[in-house]
Amino acid sequence: MISQFFILSSKGDPLIYKDFRGDSGGRDVAELFYRKLTGLPGDESPVVMHHEGRHFIHIRHSGLYLVVTTSENVSPFGLLELLSRLATLLGDYCGSLGEGTISRNVALVYELLDEVLDYGYVQTTSTEMLRNFIQTEAVVSKPFSLFDLSSVGLFGAETQQSKVAPSSAASRPVLSSRSDQSQKNEVFLDVVERLSVLIASNGSLLKVDVQGEIRLKSFLPSGSEMRIGLTEEFCVGKSELRGYGPGIRVDEVSFHSFVNLDEFESHRILRLQPPQGELTVMRYQLSDDLPSPLPFRLFPSVQWDRGSGRLQVYLKLRCDLPLKSQALNVRLHLPLPRGVISLSQELSSPEQKAELAEGALRWDLPRVQGGSQLSGLFQMDVPRPPGPPSHGLSTSAPPLGLGPASLSFELPRHTCSGLQVRFLRLAFRPCGNANPHKWVRHLSHSDAYVIRI
Amino acid sequence: MSQKKRQKPVVWVEQILLKMLPHQDEEEPASYRGSSGSCLVTIRKMPYLGSEDVVKELKKALCNPHIQADRLRYRNVIQRVIRYMTQGLDMSGVFMEMVKASATVDIVQKKLVYLYMCTYAPLKPDLALLAINTLCKDCSDPNPMVRGLALRSMCSLRMSKLDQWGQAEVLNFLLRYQPRSEEELFDILNLLDSFLKSGSPGVVMGATKLFLILAKKFPHVQTDVLVRVKGPLLAACSSESRELCFVALCHVRQILHSLPGHFSSHYKKFFCSYSEPHYIKLQKVEVLCELVNDENVQQVLEELRGYCTDVSADFAQAAIFAIGSIARTYTDQCVQILTELLGLRQEHITTVVVQTFRDLVWLCPQCTEAVCQALPGCEENIQDSEGKQALIWLLGVHGERIPNAPYVLEDFVENVKSETFPAVKMELLTALLRLFLSRPAECQDMLGRLLYYCIEEEKDMAVRDRGLFYYRLLLVGIDEVKRILCSPKSDPTLGLLEDPAERPVNSWASDFNTLVPVYGKSRWATISKCHGAERCGPELPKTSSFAASGPLIPEENKERVQEVPDSGTLMLVPNLQLTADYFEKTWLSLKVAHQQVLPWQGEFHPDTLQMALQVVNIQTIAMSRAGARPWKAYLSAQDDTGCLFLTELLWKPENSEMQISVKQNETRTETLKSFISVLETVIGTIEEIKS
Repeated sequence: MISQFFILSSKGDPLIYKDFRGDSGGRDVAELFYRKLTGLPGDESPVVMHHEGRHFIHIRHSGLYLVVTTSENVSPFGLLELLSRLATLLGDYCGSLGEGTISRNVALVYELLDEVLDYGYVQTTSTEMLRNFIQTEAVVSKPFSLFDLSSVGLFGAETQQSKVAPSSAASRPVLSSRSDQSQKNEVFLDVVERLSVLIASNGSLLKVDVQGEIRLKSFLPSGSEMRIGLTEEFCVGKSELRGYGPGIRVDEVSFHSFVNLDEFESHRILRLQPPQGELTVMRYQLSDDLPSPLPFRLFPSVQWDRGSGRLQVYLKLRCDLPLKSQALNVRLHLPLPRGVISLSQELSSPEQKAELAEGALRWDLPRVQGGSQLSGLFQMDVPRPPGPPSHGLSTSAPPLGLGPASLSFELPRHTCSGLQVRFLRLAFRPCGNANPHKWVRHLSHSDAYVIRI
Repeated sequence: MSQKKRQKPVVWVEQILLKMLPHQDEEEPASYRGSSGSCLVTIRKMPYLGSEDVVKELKKALCNPHIQADRLRYRNVIQRVIRYMTQGLDMSGVFMEMVKASATVDIVQKKLVYLYMCTYAPLKPDLALLAINTLCKDCSDPNPMVRGLALRSMCSLRMSKLDQWGQAEVLNFLLRYQPRSEEELFDILNLLDSFLKSGSPGVVMGATKLFLILAKKFPHVQTDVLVRVKGPLLAACSSESRELCFVALCHVRQILHSLPGHFSSHYKKFFCSYSEPHYIKLQKVEVLCELVNDENVQQVLEELRGYCTDVSADFAQAAIFAIGSIARTYTDQCVQILTELLGLRQEHITTVVVQTFRDLVWLCPQCTEAVCQALPGCEENIQDSEGKQALIWLLGVHGERIPNAPYVLEDFVENVKSETFPAVKMELLTALLRLFLSRPAECQDMLGRLLYYCIEEEKDMAVRDRGLFYYRLLLVGIDEVKRILCSPKSDPTLGLLEDPAERPVNSWASDFNTLVPVYGKSRWATISKCHGAERCGPELPKTSSFAASGPLIPEENKERVQEVPDSGTLMLVPNLQLTADYFEKTWLSLKVAHQQVLPWQGEFHPDTLQMALQVVNIQTIAMSRAGARPWKAYLSAQDDTGCLFLTELLWKPENSEMQISVKQNETRTETLKSFISVLETVIGTIEEIKS
């Protein structure tokens, strides 16, 4: 049971505030929340906070704080789920979630909240159901244009016809003006995998973890059936065998309740009649056993002269993707010993960039081609630690605070598990002549690819 | 209008489920465990045999007012529908007409229609809602047969309409229900099994909690459920949403308290990654500490070793403390890692390592030798008060094994004037006096200097008084000093008391999927305390004042106490003070509510037992001296509702068992059970320590 719900910008300005029960405080709770959040000691979790008999539970999403307050000992799983569902809903209805879209669509957001929550109890969060009750139309910042390729969003990329849709194509409200609905018959399907890896300093692999999702954003009329064909060699669990090859194996799979699995056993086809808006069709996990080699290997060498305080780090990054693939927005983050003052660098290509930021080395590689090898040589001065000269410690040992290196990157058109969408077929036939557009994209990304030095 | 329509499913189904449960055993034979979902009405795939014409014809017949007017003809048509349905034809097309046919006085017709509705309700949930009106009306019919029929049908209506939020609500609601028999309990579990597989974490956790609570007498079922929820929990732990990840980690820790090996094979999932926020890393380190076992200890320690040199000093220190707590079980490996860390000569590392050493030698005396060898040289890298205190304590207590101990302490004595922390000076006084007892020649001179400084120049009164005290103690004679200062140098039992291993699942089941694990038990206690105080206001007397004033529960409070539901959760009040007289009077006036015997071998220290009982807020009123036979003890405790537990422990060495008799001033079976289990745990723990 929820007492209040509010949305704050990343700077703490209240954007939306709604009190459902009138049983607690006034509007100043939003301010109180932000003050508490920013004043929290580092080892305490901000997820659930308490103030005078009131619990604050929040998520951070797209730079916003979505917060609920309650005075009861509620289910944290349920509330967090509700908050992230709300975030998706607001995204569906406003086009995308962000400070700008929320403040432009205040009326719509309040209308939605009115329908979703009644006296603090959840009524429904289905995009489809809500469509019947929502009257306000979303205000979109600028008309959608095919030529706008600047911003990077989640959905949208290549189609099977290898035409390209702008990344922002999916960032539009589900409830767009009823007049021009015919041209908006589009479906976006994303296979997104999140990779987390830990590699020991001797190069041995300590941990690989892939969290995958098939996400769908549909602008088709609700209830129109579609069939998603997955790789036929897709196996679940360690023991299942399919096809003659090594198979595409995942450890666990869960499906959205809308998915009909009649054809899954035989042909690996998912059938569903999705409502408009965003939906996670399938989630899967895979650990320890990747079918393809890891995308990156790092070969570091460190020279450390304790006497002069000169630290030299040579990093060689090899990309083991297939030759035709590439990695984008690769960033290497290497924590450095405390007090590093200067940095000189020699990079293997001009488009790279390296700098010191927050006590760490940041090496940006906008584009890395499969099979290529890039390197950087970095020289730094580390001030000598105060106190007596140390003895008993070998001078060749790297200084304290160096490493581990962590990489973040995106791999377009690549899934680490090897899972692919074979086809996306729609049963929907529009009355006009415009065939619905289907956009299918595969993407892997990582923000936790850690290599010990 | 629209609002109304949407609210229905949740509200109705709550009622239905509530009504459904007590009748479960009448309507279906008990199904065995594990056949998940066997109680659900199964909808077979209806073959599509060109039934359109049949349906059309039947529809027409059902709508025909002439047929409706003729009871027999109407019934015949309905019978045909049922017949086709049985043959496997899809008859869902006439649902609307059949619902209308249910409003009749003809019981046979009613039965037929209800049979039909129960079969097709899952396919036509919207229309099934219309039937509920009739069903409800029938529930208040004067004819008991009609009432029973309606109720039974309502129970069999399975509607899939309920969304995840409704499901979570209903699961939460069902927590209030107490099954009347074991069979009924397993029926409910079978019925709700599918919710454990839901895609929504809220529903899965809600179902898990319900299972844990319902199966409180079946530990194997509880373990089973926790195994099944492992997958969803682990997925949540590596979720992209930090908040979900954090909450899941808190629940993992909760489970680990009862099943330490539960996540051991998944230890890699709890390795920290660089980009995670601090609070998640700290939780993960705690989890790693708790799931460590023989197979993974090597890898876990290596991982934690990596964190010890993290740029964030707080995180590094947390990792070192974690290694320290693993050291209670895997002492040698951990002490070696900790010793290596000293080699890094970093202040923030050295101070925490030395503090860890201090706690460790107290609990695990076998590592004293290794610690003593590692200490020399540490003093150069310790600046803070806590670290200095730990080092000085170690030098004082184990100084006879550390060759340069007097010289290190001498440095501290030399610089005592510039020492800013009084606590360090106090520690220094005690340590130096202790070391003086074992190595008098090396310490005598500086002890004199230190005492002189403390008495003559020190401005902090506590330090000065301590100095004077030791000075006067020395005047009494060295034997007296020894008698007072030389206490045991370690106490391995303390660790076990501090951290009672393997708490039963039932001790936290009611907290599962609530905010309690997220805040942590101790923080939750303070939160609910001030929250409670706010609510109850000043009229509720403080618990401790109960005891002081003769009768335990003031008359005006009696009612309030009775209102508290007998929930079975037990909160014992700390610092209960009962006079021996009052205890005796009450003891004699009450009957024994529970008596049992526990195995109990050999000799033990009554003090240890007393201390252990104190930890769980059970006070000892009186006990025989150690070695007395038979040995007896009288204990008292009071829970937060005012219920008083008086206990007699009787140990007869010849039977090697301990007899427990408990008396209660109010009859509360549930809390009595919880109290007994607390008592059993404590006595069990002591028994383990002995052996």
